[in-house]
Amino acid sequence: MAAQIFSAIFVIVVGVGGCVAYFWGANKLVDIIFPSRGVAGAAAIDNLRRQGMIRPWLFVGPAMIILTIYLIYPVVETLRLSFLDRGGANFVGFANYEWAFGDREFRNAIFNNIIWLAVVPTACTFLGLIIAVLTDKIWWGTIAKSLIFLPLAISFVGASVIWKFIYEYRGEGQTQIGLLNAIIQYFGGQPQVWISLPFWNNFFLMIILIWIQTGFAMVILSSALRGIPEETLEAAVIDGANPFQIFWKIMVPQIWGTIAVVWTTITILVLKVFDIVLTMTNGQWNSQVLANLMFDWMFRGGGDFGRGATIAIIIMIAVIPIMIWNIRQANKETGGH
Amino acid sequence: MAVATGKSFASRFGVHIAVFIFVAIWTIPTLGILVSSLRDKDQIIASGWWNSFASSTQTEAGRLPPASAQVEKDGKFVLEGNIFGDDPARDISAFGVKSSAPTQYPARTIADLGDGETLQLNADGSFVMTSTKPFEGERGQRVYYASSAPPKFTTDNYNTVLFSEGIGRSFMNSLTVTIPATVIPILIAAFAAYALTWMRFPGRALLIAVIIGLLVVPLQMSLIPLLKLYNGVGSFFGVPSKTYLGIWLAHTGFGLPFAIYLLRSYIAGLPREIMESARIDGASDFEIFVKIVLPLSFPVLASFAIFQFLWVWNDLLVAMVFLGTEGDQIVLTAKLNALLGSRGGDWEILTTSAFITIVVPLIVFFSLQRYFVRGLLAGSVKGG
Repeated sequence: MAAQIFSAIFVIVVGVGGCVAYFWGANKLVDIIFPSRGVAGAAAIDNLRRQGMIRPWLFVGPAMIILTIYLIYPVVETLRLSFLDRGGANFVGFANYEWAFGDREFRNAIFNNIIWLAVVPTACTFLGLIIAVLTDKIWWGTIAKSLIFLPLAISFVGASVIWKFIYEYRGEGQTQIGLLNAIIQYFGGQPQVWISLPFWNNFFLMIILIWIQTGFAMVILSSALRGIPEETLEAAVIDGANPFQIFWKIMVPQIWGTIAVVWTTITILVLKVFDIVLTMTNGQWNSQVLANLMFDWMFRGGGDFGRGATIAIIIMIAVIPIMIWNIRQANKETGGH
Repeated sequence: MAVATGKSFASRFGVHIAVFIFVAIWTIPTLGILVSSLRDKDQIIASGWWNSFASSTQTEAGRLPPASAQVEKDGKFVLEGNIFGDDPARDISAFGVKSSAPTQYPARTIADLGDGETLQLNADGSFVMTSTKPFEGERGQRVYYASSAPPKFTTDNYNTVLFSEGIGRSFMNSLTVTIPATVIPILIAAFAAYALTWMRFPGRALLIAVIIGLLVVPLQMSLIPLLKLYNGVGSFFGVPSKTYLGIWLAHTGFGLPFAIYLLRSYIAGLPREIMESARIDGASDFEIFVKIVLPLSFPVLASFAIFQFLWVWNDLLVAMVFLGTEGDQIVLTAKLNALLGSRGGDWEILTTSAFITIVVPLIVFFSLQRYFVRGLLAGSVKGG
């Protein structure tokens, strides 16, 4: 144990130290090669100009190199691999895509992903909004919000164990140690093996993600709600609007932009959902999703990179509209300056 | 008027109730594993964790002594003793001799087992079995009984999990992965964000657009090419392909777009005058960055650090691909996933491991929630 702690500290110091050394060293090097101090007039100005040309690239250089290796190159390479066979040696045209749309498991994954996309962002946004409105009205709202926000810090694997324990099944008539079946049995119902009920098991998996992400929606929407001018709400009250009218006709329209942001953020997350399905069912009992299927094909039978890449591309295609929208929004924002 | 206040009281009460229900639903699941992780492992399977403060009843089976222990008394053959041996800490409520009816007779009744045999089992475990004929056979009578044990809390599960299940080791591995994978992107992103905001160079606008585009690229796009790349580099230089350095850089790459985006939007909001006056005083960009921008950006650096820390600590996918699922580099999330497979029904192991996995994020989260929320808001409300 002690040896491991020591070696951990050592690698941490080397890793972080190397990074600091680069920025400091590269900067020093520029100063030495093109000195601006202690050199006469014209030469100093010349060197300052050269420094001004080089330094931005020293600063953004590492970021650019890493982004290129870890994100830009892989996007191109994944696209290329999706047209190759399992080992990546032979061109197979659209064979992988044809396989995908004919494969029963893949179609099941697409079908489930569509349900996830329809349910999870909606449920999180809706619940988050309701909780944000309610907690704003009570004195212990901050504590309540903290507690609902808390699952956001829990890993998907941890959350899966937490919920697997809730869904735990024991035969009928036995003492149920899973909370859900205990409640069902208490009211005279029949205990179920929730995560292997075809079709409905998807929803039991979705509950986990909703449980995690509602806090996120709540925090963002709560801060947007605070931005609604007090006068608008007072005017509505004076005009005799009831709480439901205030909620639907005043509050929701005013924070529509934020709702859209929360919605898209969770949508992207849902497209990538992997851990929950892997740990709960590993795609059994018709609960497969794209990200888990892709991981499966990366390693199944020694790995089929062609099919894995094809599934990744399909996930990417679903994200592209959001990506374009993002870049447009950002351009609009920075367009002023 | 009285009616109006009555109604508002009722509706306000309703709000309290509604929020309370939400809070309960959101906290009870986590509470469940915390409580279970502290329970005795036999009690976990004997009763639901919500009953953990009550005595738990469990049905067990035991065997009476073999025929050789019998004594003859008043023309009857008798077997006597205590079914618990020397550990009478439990209370028997009922017993039986058939597995189909393990609690057929209440404790202390004299059960007629037919064939001239009777059995009496008392609450403290002592029993008397009689028969009109001599007992035969090497194996004694099988007895089932329901016994209740007082609630028992223990930290044994933590000892087991940390030191013999390898969770302690995985904990260290997770830290080894997480700390550099948090610090390195901050450094790289901060320099890049500064250059992208306050330095002029060709291609700057394009670079910003690319970074915003990369914000949403799914991780899945990178996995296969990087796995191939790592394997290639590994076999070319004859080094292992699954290393800490490899996963630090991978996490750095995946975290960078968000880091640059978040830091840039903050650094762009710093007052221009400070930087310009420093420049007039002869400070270089490096000095301005280190001495002015970095200290002023502390809140946003903290926000990003918390994000990245939680993301890396909680990550399973990147760790499984780039660090593997076996061997001595396995991180907590991957270890927990492996335990779910190998120790499927051992809830004392699973709940305890899960709690150890989530305890660090929870501490970070509670102590630094302010920065975390600020980062969330900056990242998504402005980010649109």
